[in-house]
Amino acid sequence: MNFRRALIALLVVGLLPFNPAGAQLTVQILKGMAESVPIAIVPLAWDGAGPPPYDVAATVHADLERSGRFRPLARAQLVDQPHAASEVDVADWRMLKIDYVLVGRLSALPDGRYEIRYELVSVANGERLLGTAVPVDPKALKRASHRVSDAVYERILGVRGAFATRIAYVAVEGPVNKRSYRLIVSDADGANERIVFGSPDPIMSPAWSPDGRSLAYVSFHSGLSAVYVQTLATGAQVQVSAKSGINGAPAFSPDGSQMALALSRRDGNVDVYVLTLASQELKRITDDPSIDTEPAWAPDGRSLYFTSDRAGGPQVYQVGVEPGARARRVTFEGGYNARPRPSPDGRQLAVVTLDRGAYRIAVVDAKQGGLQVLSNGQQDESPSFAPNGADILYTSRVSGRDMLAIVSSDGRIQQQVAASAGELREAAWSPFLN
Amino acid sequence: MRSLPVLTIVIGVLVLAGCGKKPTTVPDGAASTASGESETGTATGEGQVGEGRELPGASGAAGGGPSGVANVIYFDFDRSDIRPEYASLINSHAKFLAGSSGVKIRVEGHTDERGSREYNIALAERRAQAVRRALMLQGAGDAQLTTVSYGEERPSTAGSDESAYEKNRRVELVYGR
Repeated sequence: MNFRRALIALLVVGLLPFNPAGAQLTVQILKGMAESVPIAIVPLAWDGAGPPPYDVAATVHADLERSGRFRPLARAQLVDQPHAASEVDVADWRMLKIDYVLVGRLSALPDGRYEIRYELVSVANGERLLGTAVPVDPKALKRASHRVSDAVYERILGVRGAFATRIAYVAVEGPVNKRSYRLIVSDADGANERIVFGSPDPIMSPAWSPDGRSLAYVSFHSGLSAVYVQTLATGAQVQVSAKSGINGAPAFSPDGSQMALALSRRDGNVDVYVLTLASQELKRITDDPSIDTEPAWAPDGRSLYFTSDRAGGPQVYQVGVEPGARARRVTFEGGYNARPRPSPDGRQLAVVTLDRGAYRIAVVDAKQGGLQVLSNGQQDESPSFAPNGADILYTSRVSGRDMLAIVSSDGRIQQQVAASAGELREAAWSPFLN
Repeated sequence: MRSLPVLTIVIGVLVLAGCGKKPTTVPDGAASTASGESETGTATGEGQVGEGRELPGASGAAGGGPSGVANVIYFDFDRSDIRPEYASLINSHAKFLAGSSGVKIRVEGHTDERGSREYNIALAERRAQAVRRALMLQGAGDAQLTTVSYGEERPSTAGSDESAYEKNRRVELVYGR
């Protein structure tokens, strides 16, 4: 791909006063959709004393632009600044080739909260597509703005937006003999970074609980690998698996009661297990002399996808969690397919595939096995679907440095997320958060 | 390789992270450090200098094992079989361990950076287990050996080319841990 030609926008996300990771994140759209939707996002009117407490429209503008699916009109080019659907003159916007106009007001409520009122107008026919008023706590204005983006995205594209979600990732700094590892959670746009856990020993494989309140991960800080679950609100860390050998690849079941894991026990044979968290009951799912690892739950919670080299090279298999279930091979194209992650609807799997000498992200039809390569790096890994299934977050090694990247699940949009210092890897996209 | 200041940082980080619960001690005795090491310092004869004794917490990589014998075994891409050239290296370590039953080592498996991380953890575990089995076949005791797989997480050499990859596909025998 010609990067220069494809580079349609560059924006810097979140100049944070509090930046514990010491790494400024930037999101760069490498490839956007030619048919991205032209939209005008008018700054909200402010009904209150002093300056407006938050620029809701700027956040919505940045969200929609960063998605690669919208082309928001630059603020300086807004010909008019209406604040209600009734004030929108569609003829003006039609001349600018704008398809939708978002307008609204931000008001101070008597109880100290704010109200965001917004309306979305179709320029084609003047129809009011959205009309919503939401009360918002002062500290939640940014999250509420992301929810406005979610609503606009869904009304126009027919897919729920995932702007008001979060991502977890591992940040690594330092030379090979003196690394520091941090597990970080940020908003989906890279803002609001918080360190969940830090160690000079490796941290790996973060995985969200289905309620979005906890993270499971692997840490070597005890000297050996162990799986921990940490509650984000309190920081409380519980060790859930520290058996002899590997304790790796944790994945919460869709109902959150169980965790799939890769364990090697004493004999070194890596197999997939399911741990019931309340009782600590451990159930062996695979029993094969090959490597069986990287389990991921099917959305119905009745089967697991995993990586196995039982046929020689690593390939993706599926196995039921009931006793005696036989594994079924899912991937057949190419000599290396690993680290499956099912899409939220269960129809596709994101995998790492070896494509003409390069490790890339691909999607595989979960039933038919057909494979489509989406990314174009040399060392891409760790795919994670957005909860709406529209995008896949992954790690891409560029010039010897791991950074995060996003590709739409149809491959048409590509974005890169880089830190100003250090490396970012193994990102996991949160579920929808309430 | 960990040193005392690093251990301090681990604890510091745990405190800073506000952990409600300290991680419990991992079973299988990997945390023991200096219990048997005085044996390695036993004088071996009149006028001779014995094996250097590791101070607790110090890196064991440079000492504690048979003198003059390397402690790293390198592997081919995606392979875990031990190349014939390492037979004498493994034999020396096995004999040393057989003769010093109180000495414990960590068998640390590693891969290069290519491919999926957890798969590489499994591949590096397989390498570590291959070395563990070879050591046991030649006299080392099961209780003397702890395996740990770091996959691609702890390269010895930075870089994304074959010269770095071949140095990173390895098993290290670490004494005094």
